[in-house]
Amino acid sequence: MSTALLKIAGGTVYDPANGIDGQVRDVWVADGKIVSPPTDPDIRPTRQLDARGLVVMPGGIDMHCHIAGPKVNIARKMRPEEKRGAAPIRRTRLTHSGTLGSVPSTFTTGYLYAGLGYTTAFDAAVPPLLARHAHEEFADTPCLDKGLYVLMGNNHYVMQSIQRREPDKLQAFVGWLLGASKGLAPKLVNPGGVEVWKHRPAGNVRGIDDQVDYFDVTPRQIIRAMAEAADALRLPHPVHIHCNNLGLPGNWTTTLETMKALDGHRGHVTHIQFHSYGGGAGDEDTFHSKVAELADYHATHDNLTIDVGQVLFGETTSMTGDGPLGYYLHKIYGGKWFSSDTEMESGCGITPIKYRNKSLVHALQWAIGLEWYLMVQDPWRVVMSTDHPNGGSFLAYPQIVRLLMDRSYRHEVLKTCHPQVLKRSRLADLDREYSLYEIAIITRAGPARILGLTHKGHLAPGADADITIYTPNENKETMFALPRVVIKSGTVIVEEGEIRATPLGKTLHVQPEYDVEIEADIRTWFEKYYTIRFRNYPVSDAYLHDSQTIPCGT
Amino acid sequence: MKIVEDATCTFCGCVCDDITLKVENQRIVEANKACVLGKAWFLNHQIEDRPSCLIDGKPAPLDEGYERAASILCEAKYPIIYGLSDSPCEAQRVAVSLADWIGANVDSTTSVCHGPSGMALQGVGEVTCTLGEVANRADLVMFWGSNPAESHPRHFTRYSLMPKGMFVPNGRKDRTCVVVDVRRTKSVKAADLFFQIPPRKDFEAIWCLRALAADVALDADQVERDTGIPLARWQDLMQRMKSARFGVIFFGMGLTMTRGKHCNTEALLALVRDMNAHTRFVVKPNRGHGNVTGADNVVTWRTGYPFGVNLARGYPRFNPGEYTTSDTLARGEADAALIVSADPMSNLAQAARAHLASIPYVALDPKETPTTRAAAVAFTVAAYGIQTGGTVYRLDDVPIALRPALDSPHPSDQTVLEGIERCVRQRKGIGEFA
Repeated sequence: MSTALLKIAGGTVYDPANGIDGQVRDVWVADGKIVSPPTDPDIRPTRQLDARGLVVMPGGIDMHCHIAGPKVNIARKMRPEEKRGAAPIRRTRLTHSGTLGSVPSTFTTGYLYAGLGYTTAFDAAVPPLLARHAHEEFADTPCLDKGLYVLMGNNHYVMQSIQRREPDKLQAFVGWLLGASKGLAPKLVNPGGVEVWKHRPAGNVRGIDDQVDYFDVTPRQIIRAMAEAADALRLPHPVHIHCNNLGLPGNWTTTLETMKALDGHRGHVTHIQFHSYGGGAGDEDTFHSKVAELADYHATHDNLTIDVGQVLFGETTSMTGDGPLGYYLHKIYGGKWFSSDTEMESGCGITPIKYRNKSLVHALQWAIGLEWYLMVQDPWRVVMSTDHPNGGSFLAYPQIVRLLMDRSYRHEVLKTCHPQVLKRSRLADLDREYSLYEIAIITRAGPARILGLTHKGHLAPGADADITIYTPNENKETMFALPRVVIKSGTVIVEEGEIRATPLGKTLHVQPEYDVEIEADIRTWFEKYYTIRFRNYPVSDAYLHDSQTIPCGT
Repeated sequence: MKIVEDATCTFCGCVCDDITLKVENQRIVEANKACVLGKAWFLNHQIEDRPSCLIDGKPAPLDEGYERAASILCEAKYPIIYGLSDSPCEAQRVAVSLADWIGANVDSTTSVCHGPSGMALQGVGEVTCTLGEVANRADLVMFWGSNPAESHPRHFTRYSLMPKGMFVPNGRKDRTCVVVDVRRTKSVKAADLFFQIPPRKDFEAIWCLRALAADVALDADQVERDTGIPLARWQDLMQRMKSARFGVIFFGMGLTMTRGKHCNTEALLALVRDMNAHTRFVVKPNRGHGNVTGADNVVTWRTGYPFGVNLARGYPRFNPGEYTTSDTLARGEADAALIVSADPMSNLAQAARAHLASIPYVALDPKETPTTRAAAVAFTVAAYGIQTGGTVYRLDDVPIALRPALDSPHPSDQTVLEGIERCVRQRKGIGEFA
């Protein structure tokens, strides 16, 4: 036969999308895809990997991280001090050199994800005007399939369409904008609040029903209308929401109201850890967990999915499309601060941050993240994330796995934290331990399903042959930090931490159908206010390299 | 005849993308909307009647040029790669790969213009925006050590002063313009207020404004002695800054390349940061070359550092002053160079030029220049934005795709760099040659 046939023989397979929970199976691969075992017993594999005693899972999927584009690159530029102290990433005969720190350089990002067994990742906040930049970085980020979410929550055309009660126009615009920026999903970041930030010093909305300056719309209206538009376009992934009031004591009511504002439409609430705080507004002394209340609502509303945004102790860089949040964090920590507002679209804030286990607020943030994983009973609707690098680096994923699978370890770490955490969160009472099957859900099968990627996150014939093989270990952090073999689209890319191949990977994006009549109206608006020409705005196919259009539903 | 609409001018950092080009007989005969510099850039462009490759001044096939270039770079102990600011990002990316494979320094012209601005950003951060925010919102527009009337001629009309924007519907009438400079430049004509400070006193003037922003009491005599301007005028300016709805300060090499350098810029970035306690305020370097901003971005995303990067140990290290080109050359350290679309033999200091002339180097440029004339291997390349496409970043980091109007008999700098890279990888056994 002409094509290479790979057999991963005798591994213990965790493939939750197909109900396989630790059964010994062979997995066959050809042409970059999982295939059925050959029916003819005379057909031999071209290569066989002996996986006996090893754990086989689909490749990991990071559905919310910041790895490419304008704010990521500014963070790299702004933090030389982190890199000088970090381990050097040397060039080899196969790989480019690079730098670490909380925001690794592009090639290094790809190699590190691959080294952890992750084969797909999505940058969660790209201004469409600057989408070309993110795509250029993708072209230098190997070993991963990747995509981006398009910032829309403070877009003038969006707010204007809502103000004028023109849902058809909004829907067409969202479709056009996703296609023009070659994105995968619409993203809201502090909807309406960033526009207020552009109008006033320390400006922001305080609640979901505040009016946005000039546009006379509220965050609630933006959330509701965008969720409806995303559903009407039948997008594979619905509206992806960074709620208002991130990080503020008492913000859990804003989060609850955001969930209600979806009004039954699908919606993904991201890095929900940062949005689950009780306490008096602006009063850190009353800061406590409100996960239980929010998790109750989440449990009874299956239109809702979440990722956690786990905080890990240590130094990192906060980077966000939430301009006023960047200012707020800068005022708290007093570090250097970058802010950039993008015309008609969005904002950006970047500042260094160090999470300390002896800080009550930080330790509570850590505990609240873990509460989310442990209190959500349906693992298909909660996804592992650190909101890299905001809560911590994606390199901390193996540590999170251990915290979830090993309650004695979790309780040991809890003992090192500020003592008040025991009173203000329920973490100490939570004895649940994740199984490997559940870990495979929250890191692979779940995010694939939530993103509408039917060819990812599982190992049935037809799926992408993105596969990670782990050596079992009592210490789950050790197990997940160093996969035995990582396979991307059928190619072995990592063995025992050594990079073996560096395929670029594909850009995953949507191309929704929309009413093209709208373009004349967009153009008129665009050329009145933007400083580049309408024709020069859309990202052309030339930037996609190898790519795949993810179909919208029918 | 051919018309190219929405073409992009890469002459300066404004990267205006609204130019209409009329092409006749492989010449651009009209460049509508272009400024005086842009018109000169487009209309004076001729297809170079020169060989695409010269080795030691003699015409040679491209493949021989690639081989010779690779041998010069691979045999060097301390090769440097410099320029990059007039190449599209696609070519810059190859240049950084080359630097990686041979363990070179990679450095752009940023190190001799806004390098100090990059260092200042590393110190205090930066509060900034895209130019459309200025066009739509700014009611106080300041220029510090920057003379866009001559360096960025469409800056005022297209981005900063004249546009009728969403929140400044009357355009210029809704804005106050302030110029701070050591001399009465042409830009002063556009200003409502002009602050002429003595040379080398930028830091003192900015520090005075920072003090006023924080309501620190100042000694009037000392302020006037240090800044050449009465305290009352600075107080009046600070009052305007605080009461503006949205203020912006554009700055240039008058700040970054005069005494104080990155300290000046750090002071300015800190002032603008502080102003955000009172109102919305942003700051923006007026970058010069068409894609110097792209060079900063590409070098950063690949190495983590914006310029002055050394790869000799097999991984990136950053040290302005040590790994920046003018310094490496002036100290006589580099023993081979690859110059990409820049003209250091015209622009760098004498000591640096003298050393460059003494070492073998490779140069790429659309035109013949003093740098290409003294090169061991010189490639004539197609001009970006006119003859080849690609991506450039405007001075506010907005990436724009080029629409070339003409063909070229010469390869693009991307093609040449890829040719050299292929030979280097073969020699070093990298990638598919491993």
